[in-house]
Amino acid sequence: MDINKIRQDFPILNQQIYGHPLVYLDNAATTQKPQCVLDSIIRFYTTYNSNIHRGVHYLSEKATEIYEQARQKVMQFINAKSRTEIVFTKGSTEAINTLAFSFGQAYITPGDEIIISEMEHHSNIVPWQLMAGRRGAKINVLPFDNNGELVEGALERLINERTKIVCVTYVSNTLGTVNDIEKIIKTAHAHNIPVLVDAAQAIQHIKIDVQKLDCDFLALSGHKIYAETGIGVLYGKEKYLEEMPPYQGGGDMIKNVSFELTTWADLPLKFEAGTSNFVGAGSLLTALEYVDTIGLDNIAAHEKQLLEYATEKVDQIGGITVYGRAKNKVSVLSFNIEGAHNYDVGMILDKLGIAVRTGQHCTEPIMKHFGIPGTVRASFAMYNTFEEIDKLAAGIERAKKMLVC
Amino acid sequence: MTINEIQDQIIEEFSIYDEWLDKYEYLIELANTLDVIEDSKKTPDNIIQGCQSRVWLDAALDNDGTISFRADSDAIITKGIIALLIRVFNHQKPDDIVNAELYFVDEIGLSANLSPTRANGLVAMIKQIRYYALAFRALEKK
Repeated sequence: MDINKIRQDFPILNQQIYGHPLVYLDNAATTQKPQCVLDSIIRFYTTYNSNIHRGVHYLSEKATEIYEQARQKVMQFINAKSRTEIVFTKGSTEAINTLAFSFGQAYITPGDEIIISEMEHHSNIVPWQLMAGRRGAKINVLPFDNNGELVEGALERLINERTKIVCVTYVSNTLGTVNDIEKIIKTAHAHNIPVLVDAAQAIQHIKIDVQKLDCDFLALSGHKIYAETGIGVLYGKEKYLEEMPPYQGGGDMIKNVSFELTTWADLPLKFEAGTSNFVGAGSLLTALEYVDTIGLDNIAAHEKQLLEYATEKVDQIGGITVYGRAKNKVSVLSFNIEGAHNYDVGMILDKLGIAVRTGQHCTEPIMKHFGIPGTVRASFAMYNTFEEIDKLAAGIERAKKMLVC
Repeated sequence: MTINEIQDQIIEEFSIYDEWLDKYEYLIELANTLDVIEDSKKTPDNIIQGCQSRVWLDAALDNDGTISFRADSDAIITKGIIALLIRVFNHQKPDDIVNAELYFVDEIGLSANLSPTRANGLVAMIKQIRYYALAFRALEKK
């Protein structure tokens, strides 16, 4: 894998920030877009733009074709059984909200229980709380240890006859932990409980095969895997998608509408109310093709090396606490300089041209677990280099010198 | 000194810094000299909750009819900016604070820190300073 060649595909990387070359290490928040993805967006608007699933005319048919090609591509990418299991959403958050609502309506009665983990992004907490409030359900929390790994055996202890669904992230956006999702699914399935996998932080790092995992639902965001923002996917096993009522009503999701009785469109359109982000879907198609040409395995191997190198460099500095020391991690490094506030560290790194995220990363329970206001998070993607990590380490040392007396 | 005289003085002080990190060094220095709010005054009433850093602010009307402010933050660069704001508004009359036009932050290049989308509590702090001034002015008029 030729990193310099890859970097040339990402025009945004080639710029100066406050007089320093941009070092973009905020990839867990969003990834940058390769030129081919940018081109696909322009091409869509300059050649095919037209509303999908509606028109009789050539452009509409063409636009629909690309939209459905994108669905096909996602289906292949995660190895779903059928295109009817791929619902386009605006992102992981909407995917989980859709599921929480529809699953709640279909299967949750007062007194039922939902299991989520302590390391979930707010997107995999709040939709369940809203649903629990509506349906009179209770939420149980699967804890993690100080290394950032889910506690062994805790799931078994939390499951009971009222448990209706287990919702766990594949990869922690804050700690980088890769959870043993296969084992979680097996445990839940042994009790006939379906599992939602939040793959927002996994899809860009790990080859996902939903049939092999046997997960019942999976949520992902396009912008985390080099596609445009505003497009995501809810994967669901057909039997659940058939049984659950739709989340939102509107155009495209109906078969027949009358004031007496409205019937739903076939899957997956039943869950796609209104005009979908078809340009975004097209960009996702191109992004996934791009990832395929580089190879997810190659990307993962490079990112692993970056993470190891960065962890080593940060440990060498001394006086740095790293949060998340799981054995199996993706390229996310969360840390604090002891005696300094994460926000100050982020501000100093920013002025050195280094983009990191600071704060709670939408995971307040993780911050509470460690008793801290936040962390600095550096997250690496396929286009990051070892030189950039050297710059990060030098930046941290500089910040430490300024902030810690 | 008037509010504007102090603002001009701050602008003058910052004019020697070309480098961002030198500005931050100076802010950190100022933060370390800030006469901070006592821990007992760091109450939920006095907290201005930003998403990323927290700010505490307390105010009192002195016998000479001016307001004295005390503040603190858990983030030190934010605290340095607070030190500047306190320097501008401390021991000023409520009327002058209410009518003041705050221009030094822009001039020294720190306005990004005061954009409403920045979750550091500074925008809310300035609002709070004005509320105190309005409240004390109303008290005086009684």
